[in-house]
Amino acid sequence: MDLAIIDYKMSNLHSVREACKKVNIDCEITSKPEKILDAKIVILPGVGAFGEAMLKLQERDLDDCIIRFFESGRPIIGICLGLQLLFESSDEFGSYKGLGLVKGSVKKFDLQTINDVKYPIPQIGWNKIFKNEKDWKDSLLKNNIDGDFMYFVHSHYAEPKDKNIIYSTTLYGQKNFCSSIKFQNIFAVQYHPEKSGENGLKIYKQIREAYL
Amino acid sequence: MKYFRIIPRLDIKGPNLVKGIHLEGLRVLGKPEDFAKLYYKNGADELIYQDTVASLYQRNNITELISKTAKNIFIPLTVGGGIRSLEDIKNILNAGADKVAINTAAIENPNLINKSSRVFGSSTIVIAIEAIKQKDGTYLAYTDNGREYTGVEVIKWAKDVACRGAGEILLTSIDREGTGKGFDLNLIKKVSDSVSIPIIAHGGASNPQHIADSINNGADAVSIASVLHYSAINHNRVLSHKYEEGNTEFLDKNKSVKIFGNKNLIDIKNQLIDHNIPIRHFK
Repeated sequence: MDLAIIDYKMSNLHSVREACKKVNIDCEITSKPEKILDAKIVILPGVGAFGEAMLKLQERDLDDCIIRFFESGRPIIGICLGLQLLFESSDEFGSYKGLGLVKGSVKKFDLQTINDVKYPIPQIGWNKIFKNEKDWKDSLLKNNIDGDFMYFVHSHYAEPKDKNIIYSTTLYGQKNFCSSIKFQNIFAVQYHPEKSGENGLKIYKQIREAYL
Repeated sequence: MKYFRIIPRLDIKGPNLVKGIHLEGLRVLGKPEDFAKLYYKNGADELIYQDTVASLYQRNNITELISKTAKNIFIPLTVGGGIRSLEDIKNILNAGADKVAINTAAIENPNLINKSSRVFGSSTIVIAIEAIKQKDGTYLAYTDNGREYTGVEVIKWAKDVACRGAGEILLTSIDREGTGKGFDLNLIKKVSDSVSIPIIAHGGASNPQHIADSINNGADAVSIASVLHYSAINHNRVLSHKYEEGNTEFLDKNKSVKIFGNKNLIDIKNQLIDHNIPIRHFK
């Protein structure tokens, strides 16, 4: 097994697995730390609430497992809540401590109305990702282009302390938030590549090209 | 920027895609997986599967179809029909759906909204509201495809479900559903003015102007069915499946429905761009 999809019993793992299969990545959904630590690549997916997710990771000793995997230098890919969990803390339904691999915190969108258009929370739908001074050619966005549409489902966004790790930003109303980060062996995205049609599958293809 | 979503809705009965008027009198239109594949290719922003009989018989046999769909279609899939518990939600999500739409169980037990949004995240929980306009101009929520009276007032209920943690509202006008007469704009405006979560308008669209109108009245997304299905039928007829169950007279006699014209999803999206509605371009 090349790629482990971390299962903490509250996520849309099926779609991540189907996307991996589509691009011929040998993957497995698992919550066993020893299996995860044996993989070449790890995906930390996510749909759900931050606090609940951290509890479920801890119950299964997956928090330590992810930190150990990170320290081994192998690639970790975070998706949506999986990106947020890598940060130090979040304010979703109270304040929660995250995995702390990336410095910064997770914040909730403010409600905005601009020119009579309401920007609902959560943001649910397609939005564009834009380059943030970083060249995408050394990242998993290698095959994507500036302004590609991706599918987002979230009420919160991550705010990294080090702006240098931001690889793409996305504009929701007037809020320009971080939608992709690359930090050491971490690449993480706020959107769902497995739900972003052909644009998203390009990222999965690049996982195979870059790491396998 | 906010990009409005166009979401084909597929009403499922057993192995078939069906369509009725006012959610009743279902006729078989074909295999849901053929329609889903075509809509994905043509730029659907999401898909909705509604199991039309699950709620009535309290059964849930749609998971196989979800798994099949998730293998080839990489856009979000919302599944509704007969979802009554956290366990049901888990099963639907594990099969490959991204969101669930709940109506009856939420009205019977509103706490399910609180619990499920806490466990699965707000954005996974879509509350379906089936509205029927009353003589005094108010709207009441119904269940079981508009069959069951609940006495619940729609605006009050919409606020309540948002408060309890629902991520989106799928708002159906039973009066307009399947008629092609356009959305009930008053209903859309009233609900979207009273909550901050996204509203998916459903029921009545037969042309791009209807969709533009609903968006200008506060919808964040529209769910359309007949207008797409009847144009897709001609595409899918060539696939010539055998249909084992249901009312297949419509297909057998090679009928078509004039009111809905012959617009596919690509045409509709192009016309919305002409109306200056921001949507996802699709090449």
